[in-house]
Amino acid sequence: MNTTLWIGTRKGAFALKSTRRRVFRAVGPQFLGHIVHHIVQDPREPSRLVMGAKTGHLGPTVYTSSDRGRHWQEAKAPPAFRKVRDGEPARAVERVFWLSAGHPSEPGVWYAGTSPAGLFRSEDHGAHWQPVVGFNDHPQFSKWASGARTPDGELLHSIRIDPRDAKHMYLAISIGGIFETHDGGKEWSPINEGVAAEFLPDPKAAYGHDPHCFILHPQQPDRLYHQNHCGIYRLDRPATRWIRIGNNMPKKIGDIGFPIVADPHDSDSVYVIPMDGSSVWPRVSIDGKPAVYRSRNAGKSWQRLDRGLPRQQAWFTVLRQAMCTDNGAKQGSLGLYFGTTQGEVWASHNSGDAWYRIAQYLPEIYSVSFAV
Amino acid sequence: MQHKVKIPSPLQSYTQGASEVSVAGNTLREVLAELDHRYNGIRFRMIDEQERVRPHIRIFVNNQEIPAIDTTLLAGDEVHLICALSGG
Repeated sequence: MNTTLWIGTRKGAFALKSTRRRVFRAVGPQFLGHIVHHIVQDPREPSRLVMGAKTGHLGPTVYTSSDRGRHWQEAKAPPAFRKVRDGEPARAVERVFWLSAGHPSEPGVWYAGTSPAGLFRSEDHGAHWQPVVGFNDHPQFSKWASGARTPDGELLHSIRIDPRDAKHMYLAISIGGIFETHDGGKEWSPINEGVAAEFLPDPKAAYGHDPHCFILHPQQPDRLYHQNHCGIYRLDRPATRWIRIGNNMPKKIGDIGFPIVADPHDSDSVYVIPMDGSSVWPRVSIDGKPAVYRSRNAGKSWQRLDRGLPRQQAWFTVLRQAMCTDNGAKQGSLGLYFGTTQGEVWASHNSGDAWYRIAQYLPEIYSVSFAV
Repeated sequence: MQHKVKIPSPLQSYTQGASEVSVAGNTLREVLAELDHRYNGIRFRMIDEQERVRPHIRIFVNNQEIPAIDTTLLAGDEVHLICALSGG
């Protein structure tokens, strides 16, 4: 089966193409010099792709492809906030950071998350985008998304649609927390109970948390995981209180990181890449020894997976969109991929048991996504 | 009224490589609108949704930097769209 990994980097878009599972060749770059945060295939119509991009000088935009990335067209109306009214703070999209395809029952629908935090919807495959008023103009919005100037800006990400119900969605804001809607985006509520927020004056605050990456299991959509600035969590709905499954990680490793992914056919199998979150937050592999950690029991215990990865002096940073799985078509041997800020892409084709490098010398990697 | 508009290299993908185009308008706003009409999407890369010039963009009319786009243009005025020297 032909597969492609789409790689979004600080300097353009690349593709790693494979006709056999273990052999990849780099194709590109496309949009050389553009800051590419996310490239996502439409699972409902796999020939279509959507990309969020900007350059250092120019404002943000979206590109779409209808031929698997051979040609791209710029959106006619990229994500943009509405004009401000008198006395309101002016909001302008600086980056299109996250893209998610809509529900299978809504072909052509896409969602985009931006920096500063904003939620946008397209109903024509990404050509025209409109603000999701129910969220961007929610009465609580200024509290949920304070515009915190974290080093990379406030980010709206991890837009997840319940496969059973197009109107049931989640999203995450870093910094702001995780939020949920049951009516297609008109009304929203925070869902952060049980999540630590050591940086907030009120440790039991309803919002203001820092989810780094949030996932919903595609086959068991009531099973949620998220990697937070303050730990790794699981939530099994209809419960509303997150459980810190990162407490079961080895103490010397801790449970800080950016990405989290799950086996699409096994909701108990979840993968993270711990990073150093001590003192001034180096955000690199702990002690220079990179490793993936896997749980096969929904976070009750974790196993270190570092075979094939460098044994020392390897200071990886793997960002929140830079880890993915394949579609799990080959039972028992899940494909996993991650890209580093040093421009390397690593792969495993046995559920993380062993890793090998499939690309190096790329620019700083922001996202890795699997496409068929 | 036609004006010469200088296009910086990061925006020349919109103008099919042209570094200078001639655009009609009585104000900078009209020139930018006409430019966007001709080269769809180019304006939003320079001007945000609140009508502000983006942080790394500068617009000059002749030798004078223009901080806002509601500026009247005179016959013969040249518009220089400039990407700030920054980045790495």
